[in-house]
Amino acid sequence: MPSANFEEQQWLNVNVDHNEWPGLAKSLRDHPDLNFDYLFCLTCIDWKTHLTMVYHLESTQHRHILVVKSKLDRTQPDIETVSGIWRTAEFHEREVYEMFGVKFRNHPDLRLLILPDGWEGKSPLRKDFEDPVNMVKL
Amino acid sequence: MDVSQEFPSNPQPGAEKTDASAQEENKSYHSFQTNAAATRPEDSGFPGRVHPTPSGGILVTAIDDVINWARSNSLWPLVFGTSCCAIEMMSTASAKYDWSRFGFEVARATPRQADVIIIAGTIVNKMAPVLKRLYDQMADPKYVIAMGACATSGGPFFYNTYSVVKGADHVIPVDVYIAGCPPRPEALLHALITLQDKIKRGLTKEQINGS
Amino acid sequence: MYRETQIISDNSILASPDVEGDLVINVGPQHPATHGVLHLVITLNGETIKRVDPHLGYIHRSIEKMCESLSYRQFIYVTSRMDYLSAHINNHGCALCVEKGLQVEVPPRAQVIRVLMDELTRLASHQLWWGAMAMDVGALTPFFLAFREREMINDIMEETCGARLTMNYMVPGGVMVDIHPNFQRRVHEFISHFRNKIDEYDELVTGNVIFQNRTKDVGYISREDAISYGMSGPSARGSGVQCDIRKLYPYEVYAKLQFDEIIETAGDSFARYMVRMKEMRQSLSIVEQLIDNIPPGDFQAKTKAVLKLPKGEFYSRVETARGELGVYITSEGATTPYRIKFRSPGFSNLSALDHMARGAKIGDLVAMMGTLDLVIPDIDR
Repeated sequence: MPSANFEEQQWLNVNVDHNEWPGLAKSLRDHPDLNFDYLFCLTCIDWKTHLTMVYHLESTQHRHILVVKSKLDRTQPDIETVSGIWRTAEFHEREVYEMFGVKFRNHPDLRLLILPDGWEGKSPLRKDFEDPVNMVKL
Repeated sequence: MDVSQEFPSNPQPGAEKTDASAQEENKSYHSFQTNAAATRPEDSGFPGRVHPTPSGGILVTAIDDVINWARSNSLWPLVFGTSCCAIEMMSTASAKYDWSRFGFEVARATPRQADVIIIAGTIVNKMAPVLKRLYDQMADPKYVIAMGACATSGGPFFYNTYSVVKGADHVIPVDVYIAGCPPRPEALLHALITLQDKIKRGLTKEQINGS
Repeated sequence: MYRETQIISDNSILASPDVEGDLVINVGPQHPATHGVLHLVITLNGETIKRVDPHLGYIHRSIEKMCESLSYRQFIYVTSRMDYLSAHINNHGCALCVEKGLQVEVPPRAQVIRVLMDELTRLASHQLWWGAMAMDVGALTPFFLAFREREMINDIMEETCGARLTMNYMVPGGVMVDIHPNFQRRVHEFISHFRNKIDEYDELVTGNVIFQNRTKDVGYISREDAISYGMSGPSARGSGVQCDIRKLYPYEVYAKLQFDEIIETAGDSFARYMVRMKEMRQSLSIVEQLIDNIPPGDFQAKTKAVLKLPKGEFYSRVETARGELGVYITSEGATTPYRIKFRSPGFSNLSALDHMARGAKIGDLVAMMGTLDLVIPDIDR
């Protein structure tokens, strides 16, 4: 993991480059000392200059927790899917796709999950989402 | 004229209580005695007067009054709960606050057999066409109750939400609104009784607009 | 049955039948058995299910976006409306997350009151689940019995918290007001009343041959699949996964209490059903242990009127009646959060429904959804 750097917040955080994420993910699950088989939270945060994907992983055998973060470019957010490794990511990634506009490569079925038809591309949870009718800027 | 002598087998719930004030209360909902001093039709119970004849009696009334009385006492609600208010609706249907005492016995799952739709819960943009379609599938005469703050005006989700319809009356016309988040079962019962009163007086939207 | 072409999205490849003779039906948003507004698009071959595709979003109230403009004291109560059957536990999770950020110590009296309210809520939620599940499978009487018991808990809550269903009682630092003087007496009455009732429930439904035939060997999911799909709570414990947050990462006074984590290994609907029935007994014993030992003291720690969390991110996990709820707050030092993510238990549990339902009959689908105990506003947020 050449480009990873570590931080200590509530749990150990690892920042990786988004191109190296798939290799790291597979070894995190399969390595017998690590054995991270339970992905319990997958989300994205919109810092106004870039997006950050956040993955919270836990091992049911060793009971350690790891947080992996990956920075994405705001204009072209693109990352490999992990739904082949952790099946729960399928629904979570669909939600991140519709809320933030992040495209997941090789996802089996990337389409809108929660938003109604016609909301592709609107990305409501981004900070620059404009909706003058409903949103009151406080 | 006193009807109770003509029909001795009819139960007179007001007559069992010896307390005078209890008799006053029971008259308006259960009594078969006509009350000439009552000015509102719903105060007199069954609308109409019985003209006694040796072989029974002739009922003299207005057809509209009888139809409204019959319709209001047997409204069948549609099972339509989207969120938290649905649990209070289920509580109202259960044994402690029973709504089948008032005629809402059968809660149908299909709109084609239902009379009243109780919108219990938030209506969001994706659900609004479904609600409209359900309302269209109901047969006339149909009534609508908006239960809870979300169905009345958007409720706690009024500000800064991009997907909530701020009030169910943006989609379908509503007859009775209930406040509360969620409203107590007694509030829902009060709203159901208010709807019954409204129907008896002929003031629902559907009756005014002509049917 | 006619095809609902307006509701099924035309872009979806899953909406068209695979083979000539396949039927695509909607178990529509308005349905008595879907526990809320869940729209399932099911591809059937005869009566056998080939694929289940959930369409969500019929109760999506954009809570995460809305919370970015609410203060730290206000956003907690929106979560009561998210999973309304375990409203106290949701509020508890949010309060814990804010307390982690503020580094505030909760006084012992408040901790015990919070755990008592949590366990009473868990009991109420499991009672309603039992009634609704029996109603889905076809029995109507348990529904009324379940609500009769639930009304007792609602009355206890109403005396102390002020509301029956969405009790806004937890604040960062403790609870909002002290418990009512009648609280202990009423909880004692409830415990003695309910202890007999659980045996009655077992007699009525669990031992019933028809019920067992409908739920045994229906909806099997293995342990590895359950972990991979991110399942948690009683649905995962029915497949042998140890995932009770109260035991693994104890919060408040759970570390000092004696209770068992119920694990069944069969992995089918009946195992998930038995997990919840046994959990009701465990919750009752927790309430018994605590009700006479409420320590005196403050019910709320002193905090400022306007809360500001420091820059950083905080995650708290609690065990709701449905599974593990995660509250993830990212804060930039302002009075409102920068981003809140609610990791809801139903979201992951629902993703396993497709896996469980392949090859089953459509009548089994209702039994499966009943044991998964889904509350749709929790999924859609």
